[in-house]
Amino acid sequence: MSKVKMHRSTPSIDMTPMVDLAFLLVTFFMLTATATPDEPVQVSIPSSVSQMPIPERDMIVISIGKDNKVFFTVDGQFTRPKMLREMSKIYNVSFTPDEENVFAVITSFGLPIQSLKQFLSMGREERKQIEQPGIPVDSLNNQLKDWVLQARLANPKVRIAIKGDADASYKVVKKVINTLLDRKVNRFNLITGDEKMPDDMKKAAVKKPA
Amino acid sequence: MSEIAQGGGGKKDGKVRSKKTSTRIDMTPMVDLAFLLLTFFILTTTLSKPQTMEITMPEKLKEDDKQPEVNEKKVLTLVLGENDKVYWYVGITEPEAKQADFSKDGIRKVLLEKRAEIRDMIVLIKAMDESKYKNMVDILDEMTISSIQRYAIVDITSADKQIVKETKL
Repeated sequence: MSKVKMHRSTPSIDMTPMVDLAFLLVTFFMLTATATPDEPVQVSIPSSVSQMPIPERDMIVISIGKDNKVFFTVDGQFTRPKMLREMSKIYNVSFTPDEENVFAVITSFGLPIQSLKQFLSMGREERKQIEQPGIPVDSLNNQLKDWVLQARLANPKVRIAIKGDADASYKVVKKVINTLLDRKVNRFNLITGDEKMPDDMKKAAVKKPA
Repeated sequence: MSEIAQGGGGKKDGKVRSKKTSTRIDMTPMVDLAFLLLTFFILTTTLSKPQTMEITMPEKLKEDDKQPEVNEKKVLTLVLGENDKVYWYVGITEPEAKQADFSKDGIRKVLLEKRAEIRDMIVLIKAMDESKYKNMVDILDEMTISSIQRYAIVDITSADKQIVKETKL
């Protein structure tokens, strides 16, 4: 009599290599991912053929939203409180140490300094909800000018970039640029998206005419 | 690999029973989690990092500053108007302005033609208040594409506005 052998063990696949790979990828993406700080304004940037990468640190980014509001972003946890202290002297608005600590973790804001105190006293969620009016850049009340100056004093290495929405009006952009020029910032960066160089123009761009 | 070696489980009465079934760990939940995380990170990472474009603006003029004189025939003026329109003209006195757009056959063609035609051409970019920021970036981009080195962004004058107005009619 022939015996029928039954397979006792269930034919399980060895998943180990797959898991290894999965975790490798997870680790890779975790390490390369940079947490984007929440920004109060959505900016859809125009594209350009420029290939220059953005420096990762020591940047002031002046964002101009679709509705022509101006926002100010500066990195560095120690730059921000220093900047705020100087600003409070200029505009006679005092901030408590608690408010300074809150300000230290906010990378981006767009409020006149007079309403900044109230903004800082709000809760985290509340701050996200509120619509910020933008920093005044008018010639009579140009607070951006002082923010730029104080940020540069607090961190002299800082570079300035403008991140404008494609649909932002040139009028506001001009005001921002003039503010920078008044402060003798003649070189700055414009943050743009990626665009391919048109193929037929590639040669012309590489071979610069004398 | 995933088996756990079981030590001989001694029982009270001294009988040693070797376990027959292999103790495999069920890795499925771990794999689920791993792939969940993987999907999350893949979806959240932004692949294309934004680039920057460096521009250098001319310094603001002081009162006693003298401006270098330029042959007006070498000056090409681009006026950025509303609705993504560009007006361009050569020279300064009574120029004839033409209209172009930002397409491939628009202003780029003009720039390339003029670059070949005029030696040491200087391009003045004047943006009207009605124009968009995108137009400014686009025109700076066109400068890079057609490798024009001498250009400047300057304020618009009322004369330029008049020229544009006349062209539109």
